Amino acid sequence: MIRFILLQNRQGKTRLAKYYIPLEDSEKHKLEYEVHRLVVNRDPKFTNFVEFRTHKVIYRRYAGLFFSMCVDITDNELVYLESIHLFVEILDHFFSNVCELDLVFNFHKVYLILDEFILAGELQETSKKAIIERMAELERQE
Amino acid sequence: MEQLKNIGRELAIGSQGSSKEFLELVKAIGEAKSKAEEERLVMEEIEMLKKKIVEPDVPRKRMKEYIVRLVYVEMLGHDASFGYIQAVKMTHDDNLLLKRTGYLAVTLFLNEDHDLIILIINTIQKDLRSDNYLVCCAALTAVCKLINEETIPAVLPQVVELLGHQKEAVRKKAVMALHRFHQRSPATVADVISKLSMKIMHDVDPSVMSACLCVLFDLISADANSYRHLTNSYVCILKQVVEHRLPKQYNYHNAPAPFIQIKLLKILALLGTGDKGASNNMYNVLGDVLKKAEPSGNIGNALIYECISTITAIHPNSKLLESAAAQTSRFLKSESHNLKYMGIDALGRIIKINPDFAEEHQLAVIDCLEDPDDTLKRKTLELLYKMTKSSNVEVIVDRMICYMKTLTDSHYKTDIASRCIELAERFAPSNQWFIQTMNQVFEHAGDLVPPKVAHDLMRLIAEGAGEEDEDADSELRSSAVESYLQILVEPKLPSLLLQVICWVLGEYGTADGTHSAAYIIERLCDVAEAHPGDDVVKVKGYAISAITKVCSFEIAAGKKVHLIPECQAFIDELSASHSTDLQQRAYELQALFAFDSSVVGAVLPFDGSADDIEVDQSLPFLNHYVKSMLSKGAKPYIPANERQAATTLASQHVESYVSSHSLRFDPYEKPQMPIMALTPVTTLQSDDQSIDISQKATQVFQPSFDADTPSSEATRLRLEGVQRKWGRPSYNNNSASSSAGAERSTNGASNGLDIEKASGGKQGIVPQEPKYVSDRNKQPEISAEKQKLAASLFGGVTSKADSSVRSSGRSQKQASTNRHVGTAKRMQTVDPVDSRAQASLPAATAPPDLLDFGEEEVAIAASSKDPMKDLEGLFDNTGSVPSSQPTAPVTNLPNIDLMSLYDSDLGLGSGLVSSIRVPDMIPENLPNNDSGDRLTVLDGLVTTSGAVAGPKVQGETSASSAIKKGPSLESSLEKHARSRQVGVTPTGPHPDLFKDLLK
Repeated sequence: MIRFILLQNRQGKTRLAKYYIPLEDSEKHKLEYEVHRLVVNRDPKFTNFVEFRTHKVIYRRYAGLFFSMCVDITDNELVYLESIHLFVEILDHFFSNVCELDLVFNFHKVYLILDEFILAGELQETSKKAIIERMAELERQE
Repeated sequence: MEQLKNIGRELAIGSQGSSKEFLELVKAIGEAKSKAEEERLVMEEIEMLKKKIVEPDVPRKRMKEYIVRLVYVEMLGHDASFGYIQAVKMTHDDNLLLKRTGYLAVTLFLNEDHDLIILIINTIQKDLRSDNYLVCCAALTAVCKLINEETIPAVLPQVVELLGHQKEAVRKKAVMALHRFHQRSPATVADVISKLSMKIMHDVDPSVMSACLCVLFDLISADANSYRHLTNSYVCILKQVVEHRLPKQYNYHNAPAPFIQIKLLKILALLGTGDKGASNNMYNVLGDVLKKAEPSGNIGNALIYECISTITAIHPNSKLLESAAAQTSRFLKSESHNLKYMGIDALGRIIKINPDFAEEHQLAVIDCLEDPDDTLKRKTLELLYKMTKSSNVEVIVDRMICYMKTLTDSHYKTDIASRCIELAERFAPSNQWFIQTMNQVFEHAGDLVPPKVAHDLMRLIAEGAGEEDEDADSELRSSAVESYLQILVEPKLPSLLLQVICWVLGEYGTADGTHSAAYIIERLCDVAEAHPGDDVVKVKGYAISAITKVCSFEIAAGKKVHLIPECQAFIDELSASHSTDLQQRAYELQALFAFDSSVVGAVLPFDGSADDIEVDQSLPFLNHYVKSMLSKGAKPYIPANERQAATTLASQHVESYVSSHSLRFDPYEKPQMPIMALTPVTTLQSDDQSIDISQKATQVFQPSFDADTPSSEATRLRLEGVQRKWGRPSYNNNSASSSAGAERSTNGASNGLDIEKASGGKQGIVPQEPKYVSDRNKQPEISAEKQKLAASLFGGVTSKADSSVRSSGRSQKQASTNRHVGTAKRMQTVDPVDSRAQASLPAATAPPDLLDFGEEEVAIAASSKDPMKDLEGLFDNTGSVPSSQPTAPVTNLPNIDLMSLYDSDLGLGSGLVSSIRVPDMIPENLPNNDSGDRLTVLDGLVTTSGAVAGPKVQGETSASSAIKKGPSLESSLEKHARSRQVGVTPTGPHPDLFKDLLK
């Protein structure tokens, strides 16, 4: 199960934070700080997995953005690594060539996309097309 | 040009409905040069929002933006709780967009037990009944986050109803909501789920089915037996998925619905565990998945890894295991750290079934152990922990302690310290080693070790190897005293270790006469001075007690004690201490000087800690009093438990008696290779005849006690630590001990044959030894150090090297075997030359030889000495090899340049004007061209640094295709382009894939 998802830039600014477990605000800030510290200086040759307390963080870096997912210790790391990539593909599709700016200004839309992709800590929809269609339908409402 | 593009983008974003102010704010924060400036901007924003949102008649569209801004403020780490109520209000809105924004905000702001939730429940209930399916979806998303155990019943009926909704998106979310409910409170939804799981399972929509798998996975992990009948359905679904029978849109990088496949594989692993029939049904489809997964991409490897997990979890199938092993080898040999990591994990799974498999990969494992990547190192240590046996415990624990020293994180430190202790307790080859190891653990992680470990250690030092061998005991104590005197030089010792040190010095500091009482007392005084801190009272207490003991032993021995000035000062200080405990101890010490030797000897006898204090619980000295009271008419006393239920108590009594004295059925620890210099026969002979002779040997040479020895009640007080050697088996002990047992009894006369043991497993997947040799030929640059390490860890490679040592040991062992066991044993003794063949007999055929205890100690001597030496000889022919340590990580030049450029852009100056397109978003972990061949291929979004230039989606694909390998960025881009042309037109209804399951 996914515990939380973070999008952070290299300076540690949170671009998106979604928690699937109940946490206090102070705890969330601490987590964000610690996760950033864990991933930011890792050698690119190293594994994309870091043990984090009793869980593990799977992260992937796209330009200056780190996408980190905290999952259970028994979960298949590569699957989550790929689901991060799938998420980025979806974002790319939705924003047509996504850039960090899109995510900064449209963070509420990114949350909506994420809600279509992951629900209750599990991947709920793995078809890019289905998600894009759903988002297009919502866009039409505006 | 670039700038123009960015301006265009900004304009586009600006037109999307956010107000100029907000865009300005986001921009300003992005450009903020310092944390303080950012803080100031956000505080201003908060003040502004506080005023605005309470204004009357805020247009709703405006309010929506305020709420988005609240989310933004909260995301930056500030408190926006003043606006939560507005977000809650917004969920009540009729407009779908506003409602969605409201729901989004509350799911981000509130936890499931927040007070405001109660205000939303009603809205959620209403929305779940809405005709607009988008409203239902929004409400269901909120349900997944906001509903807790108490509120489940309020929405459950509606959610269940939505399981039959015509839109698959609603059904899917309803299933996920049920999944969430089940996690929160299984009891509340158990009925619903068990009724519905079959129905939704066969939904025509793959997404709904996939969501359902989440629920089923939870159900099956809780109780696999009730779902075994479904095995065939899952196998069938998996088969269809693998055969590309799901719609194309579920493909990911050409793999058919890999995320669904993985969920199914996880479920199959649960269903097949310990169920031969179910496993049989899976073999075919597992083979298919393995075959069809493309090893060139991350997702293919994810599938392969999951297959390995499943194959190793279910009833074993040799053919599948073989392919699993082959894939694991591929992982381990890969350049990619990610794959190596997966390989190490897979290896850990495979050796549970076939312990010999590790041997082939020992060098890969050692590479990983020495890798600078912490994650990989830790994973490897975990693997070693699983592989630990008595022959390699010293090397492994040593490695762990080395690693522990480098750690600063207390969580991991605690973890690894407890593992060290566990391994040391379970496999310790000698008490000496055990004490040394414990000292190291205490020294480096003292505050994180449970106090019980310290008590066990003290008890071990006090009681040593038992009454049978006082010499060994006192030697142990002397060596402990020496080691502690050395440790005391170090600054900043944890108080737990100080406790042990003080106690040992107090009890045994002067025992062997090497150190004078004055010297010990001086050191003890230093202890108290050198360690000020929170625990200073405790530490002083330890020290003064120890000094008291040293003094009293001196007095009891009739010597005069001259207190050195420091000590006198110390005592004086404590006599005036604020702590009454310290005061009392100081006065007690002073009082002792007044008594003569006989009194002191009685008060504090030497080695008193090892004496059992016998307490006669029947309190006979009160008999007289009791009798007189009874005669005066008092009621006789009935113990509390007897008063309650006399009968049940009696039966319990019997049971507990039986359990503590009955036979133990758990396997003994694996016997070790025995060699040479055997037991001093004298001890054996001089002892009580009633005890079986082999058992006697155990007591003499084993640092442990068998609780079942009929010797005395006192066994209760003996050291648990070492006793655990006979306790529950280690992680892989089942197989290890049984195969070792087989070896022992089939070739009872063979000695030090770790290699045979290792290479002669039940059904060795790969012929190890030839393989190893060829490996070695291929890579002559492997350093001798690593080889040594490998040998001592895996114990395997050494065997052939030193047959002479072995055979000489063997003859001795043969003699000892004969002495220890009777003729029956000798019948099994075989010609040493045959031992290899013997060892490869199926392990299960022979039970472990329980009687043959005696060789334990000797075996260790051999194992600690053998592998290194042997190996040196073995590798002479490779010449002197340069030690090839893992090379320093190669820097990734072009990417890094870009990064820094990008950063300076973003952080300062033009800030948000820089834009980065996804094609540029190259995962940073890509290797550069020179270093990785396979790695490049394996890393999902495959591109090389050539792509840094930022190819546009269309057109430029051919330019970089020259350097791509495998499914790549280009292909995904092409896909994008294609799907963009196609647009987002919905496809027709999905094929009724799972219809056949319904019959």
